[in-house]
Amino acid sequence: MAYSPHTDADRATMLRAAGAHTTDELFEDIPEQIRDPHLDLPDPLSELEAVEAMRDLEALNRWPLRAKDYFIGGGAYRHHVPAAVAAIAAEPSLYTAYTPYQPEMSQGMLQAIFEYQTAIARITGLEVANASLYDGSTAAYEACAMAVRQTRRRRILFDRSLDPHTRELLAGYGRTVRIEMIEQDYARTGAEGPDQLAQGMDDSYAAVVVQNPDFFGRITDCTALAEAAHRVGALLVMRVNPVSLGLLKTPGEMGADIALGEGQPLGLSLNYGGPYLGFLAARRKLIRRMPGRIAGETVDDQGRRGFVLTLQAREQHIRREKATSNICSNQALCALTAMAHLSVIGRKGLRQVAELCLHKAAYARETLGAVDGAELVFEGPHFNEFVLRLAKPVADLFREMGHAFEPGIRLNRWYPELSDCLLVAVTEMNTRESIDRYARRLKEWLCS
Amino acid sequence: MNPKDLKYTREHEWVRVEGDTCTLGITDHAQEALGDVVYVELPEAGDRFDAGEAFGSVESVKAVSDCYLPAAGEIREVNGALADSPETVNKDPFGQGWMIKFAPEDPGALEALMDANAYEAFLQEEANKG
Repeated sequence: MAYSPHTDADRATMLRAAGAHTTDELFEDIPEQIRDPHLDLPDPLSELEAVEAMRDLEALNRWPLRAKDYFIGGGAYRHHVPAAVAAIAAEPSLYTAYTPYQPEMSQGMLQAIFEYQTAIARITGLEVANASLYDGSTAAYEACAMAVRQTRRRRILFDRSLDPHTRELLAGYGRTVRIEMIEQDYARTGAEGPDQLAQGMDDSYAAVVVQNPDFFGRITDCTALAEAAHRVGALLVMRVNPVSLGLLKTPGEMGADIALGEGQPLGLSLNYGGPYLGFLAARRKLIRRMPGRIAGETVDDQGRRGFVLTLQAREQHIRREKATSNICSNQALCALTAMAHLSVIGRKGLRQVAELCLHKAAYARETLGAVDGAELVFEGPHFNEFVLRLAKPVADLFREMGHAFEPGIRLNRWYPELSDCLLVAVTEMNTRESIDRYARRLKEWLCS
Repeated sequence: MNPKDLKYTREHEWVRVEGDTCTLGITDHAQEALGDVVYVELPEAGDRFDAGEAFGSVESVKAVSDCYLPAAGEIREVNGALADSPETVNKDPFGQGWMIKFAPEDPGALEALMDANAYEAFLQEEANKG
């Protein structure tokens, strides 16, 4: 579709067809006192002035650091995104494509969404996926809502190793839609988590929600928990890091019913917190409980393959208060970017990134844990994050060393019992040298 | 048009009373209004519902309509064939397109339902309103 501005001749033709002499005439039904509101806006800027204004804002960033000196994660991570990904996403016919409700003019975007859904279903090991949701935390709520609809029970179980933002969101929704969100304390190790949750399960629960790797980076196997949940007629919902799926046992293999997560690590920038990408996949039998858009593959009246939005009768604009969700949209551009990223790096690439994260994080754990005054808090296998306890106040580390590198995330905000701790994240962007440098600086600071 | 031996609800469902079990489906008027049925959501045998409670739904390309149990009772059987052939509801709504068999807790509760004549008059009324 070409984007060409109207000419005066276009306007004249349209006005004639509308039976008006001027554009102002078209607005005569609006009461005069509100027809032309005064907007107190500054004068418009030229492109040059606008760019300079943005550069001034940018200059306010105090510490421009190299990616390898960032050790922050907590759900969103710095990964390498091949240049081809941005080039594909910037393709104008995809970048500017609108909501694909008219399939006859949206085949490109619909095909991209269909491929995205296929990729998400494959990496999670499940059978169906939707066109995406706002972010990982929203997806977690929607998964709980699916379980509530399926089982007709209104209780959800999880523990504190589930991402704190997700738990906050679940609590908020739970209060409004009256679903009981039951929170347990986390287990000593990743391995013990599922057992502890299984003990808390009974047939009053719609689902149990587990994060793997959990917020502390610990890896766990939920296969036994899936069985325990199914025995009492409940579902297993898993929140996962999509990059970790390149290497770890998938939710599908573990017996999970629904898998979801934050898709930012699949080719999206950190974006200062958003827009992000919520992915959601499930067993086929749950497809009609799934919220949001779903692209389907079909044939036209000449037998040619085509794509359409399907199962729309469950959506809010048709079903209203009985819809699967208030959401009837998706993060199209972000999903497209994630699809482009996955297709550029491929199955092997995803595995390679996961391996690099795992190995580098293991090296960092060993190296930082060996520093006097620093202690590893949790034992057992980890993916790309771990918790480090420091002998001196964590706030001081940020104050004194923050100009040189980003050591991690302070946990005091959500885990008061871990206020002397840091959550350290490592990806393929961190080098051996930058990890060694972290250890040196940590040692220096702890000794001073 | 609407079989004389059946009873009808205001939600365009028909009920065939056979001793202490009833068979239920949607009427020809309902299937026509819905359009091509693509999916029928049914409960499981053993499920219990109150009078007026939604026990399932019929999904067409343009809408999803809930189906209501006219009297409190337990589901005895569901028409499994509809899973693979939901279009049966369109083709044979009063026969092969049946949806559930249920046992009403109070058989008397069904007496308030319309007979074929009353249902036809009801359809006329609805048409005039529209």
